[in-house]
Amino acid sequence: MALLEIENLVVEFGTSAGAFRAVDGISLKVDEGEVLAIVGESGSGKSVSMLAVMGLLPWTAKVSADRMTFRGRDLLGLSPSDRRKIVGKDMAMIFQEPMASLNPCFTVGFQIEEVLRVHMGFDRRERRERAIKLLEAVGIPEPEQRLKSFPHQMSGGQAQRVMIAIALACDPKLLIADEPTTALDVTIQKQILDLLMRLQAERGMAMIMITHNMGVVAETADRVIVQYKGHKMEEADVLTLFEAPKNNYTRALLAALPDNAVGDRLPTISGPFEMPASGSAR
Amino acid sequence: MSRTILEARGIVRDYHMRGGLFTPARTVHAVKGVSFSLEEGKTLAIVGESGSGKSTLARILTMIDAPTAGELTIDGEKIDILANGLTAEQRRKVQIVFQNPYGSLNPRQKIGDVLAEPLVINTDKPAGERRDLAMQMLMKVGLSPEHFNRYPHMFSGGQRQRIAIARALMLNPKLLVLDEPVSALDLSVQAQVLNLLADLQDEFGLTYVFISHDLSVVRYIADEVMVMYLGEAVEYGTREEVFSSPKHDYTKTLFAATPRADVESIRKRLARRAA
Ligand SMILES: Nc1ncnc2c1ncn2[C@@H]1O[C@H](COP(=O)(O)OP(=O)(O)OP(=O)(O)O)[C@@H](O)[C@H]1O
Ligand SMILES: Nc1ncnc2c1ncn2[C@@H]1O[C@H](COP(=O)(O)OP(=O)(O)OP(=O)(O)O)[C@@H](O)[C@H]1O
Ligand SMILES: [Mg+2]
Ligand SMILES: [Mg+2]
Repeated sequence: MALLEIENLVVEFGTSAGAFRAVDGISLKVDEGEVLAIVGESGSGKSVSMLAVMGLLPWTAKVSADRMTFRGRDLLGLSPSDRRKIVGKDMAMIFQEPMASLNPCFTVGFQIEEVLRVHMGFDRRERRERAIKLLEAVGIPEPEQRLKSFPHQMSGGQAQRVMIAIALACDPKLLIADEPTTALDVTIQKQILDLLMRLQAERGMAMIMITHNMGVVAETADRVIVQYKGHKMEEADVLTLFEAPKNNYTRALLAALPDNAVGDRLPTISGPFEMPASGSAR
Repeated sequence: MSRTILEARGIVRDYHMRGGLFTPARTVHAVKGVSFSLEEGKTLAIVGESGSGKSTLARILTMIDAPTAGELTIDGEKIDILANGLTAEQRRKVQIVFQNPYGSLNPRQKIGDVLAEPLVINTDKPAGERRDLAMQMLMKVGLSPEHFNRYPHMFSGGQRQRIAIARALMLNPKLLVLDEPVSALDLSVQAQVLNLLADLQDEFGLTYVFISHDLSVVRYIADEVMVMYLGEAVEYGTREEVFSSPKHDYTKTLFAATPRADVESIRKRLARRAA
């Protein structure tokens, strides 16, 4: 049985100009221990579709799907309180903008320990010990000192790693990582990716990795979904995607890598691209 | 012809953290004596470890924050914001694009107003012209007219980053400091933004300080490269020098840790995994 199963997910926002469809019929499946990467255009609905899975979209969003299950449980029909028991624990997310997702009024330590209190019922000492271990795991020096820092006293990459620590706090079965390493230098990026892949191998944690970085895709993914304007353009195993991409948009995306620059201009992607017939992907 | 527009000498920045009841006060040495100079129309890329002081240095170069010690000269003028403050002209000349675009956008301000605001504060252009200029800039960074009246939370991460870049360009600055400007962008928009920056540099002789973690972007855009590690510039030279013969161990580690997107590497990884 798939860990997460989504069929025909549609998300619409009410705007002053009428309804805007940010996600238009996305279907996907993630198995236990599998790493699925989602790449694609900025604004193509990658974050919105995952926030819909987490139940974290604002009230202006209308979410519908033929099916949306986690470990066989229907997520759409779940009461808010039952959903909160899953979200942040069995299913956790690293948000795209770490600074905006940390609460500026509380120390980093408080924010990590709060998750452990709510979901794991640890006592004070256990919480403190686990929080220090987590910060160590994500490569933050002097973790004991750092627990007392407020978010504004951290660099961009340090804040991002705190977010990663919070997401990993309760040993999730599924980790949704939305651009988890954008603010990190490549040495720390490597350390984080190695950590995630180790958790994935040791505990069978499944991962959905949203990223613009093709190197990160190449080094982590089993399968890849390419998204464009709310649609799935292509889905393939990682090797096939790099070796023989079928879709024109995927090809254009790979050609825009800075390493492929011709002269002093980068090839840009000029659409529109034809959408594959619905249901054909996968 | 070549003129030095930016000169930093021995820039130091310490953060003093007040102690609490049980914790002693302590000082973080975020930047420890960094020096460099940059000619008009050139691009200096700064790479380095997370927490090595890049954003701190960026705030000092854009005169938002004062150094604890050291000298900063911009376009021939000595800058000392604590003693002399800043003139409107000095403020206009140097603009910054922050690492965290969401935090730097006012959630209650429509995007059109976000872009026009610098013109309101710094110029006496009439409202109609401000609107036109804002609209042009919106298109220039690859967004469309219907975005003009939307609020920041209605945009994706990459779209917000482009708004931040557009806002910084509204006053025709001479020096632009960009803190991780393209790391949140998809490859297509990244290419658009990098091409746009290159065009503006050709057109107006803009000078860039470009902070990035992405070495392939740095190699593409930089004339000079500085590598920071624990608050110090451990490597500084032309792009060719740094990429072809890195001297410091940290620089070598950086190159080695860059993920590779070629089919051969993927094959090797999958084979390791199957084993
Ligand atoms: N609250 C909202 N109200 C209206 N539109 C929204 C809202 N949130 C997101 N959108 C729109 O939905 C679309 C999808 O956004 P999403 O954040 O999922 O993009 P993304 O694929 O994650 O892009 P990026 O790579 O830039 O992060 C965008 O066009 C965005 O402008
Ligand atoms: N307001 C502050 N108070 C105390 N310490 C701070 C403050 N701002 C930054 N620091 C510390 O100064 C050091 C340098 O931070 P800075 O933000 O300049 O790093 P950076 O090189 O930009 O890192 P990143 O790549 O992660 O963004 C870090 O150790 C950070 O924790
Ligand atoms: Mg996103
Ligand atoms: Mg920074």
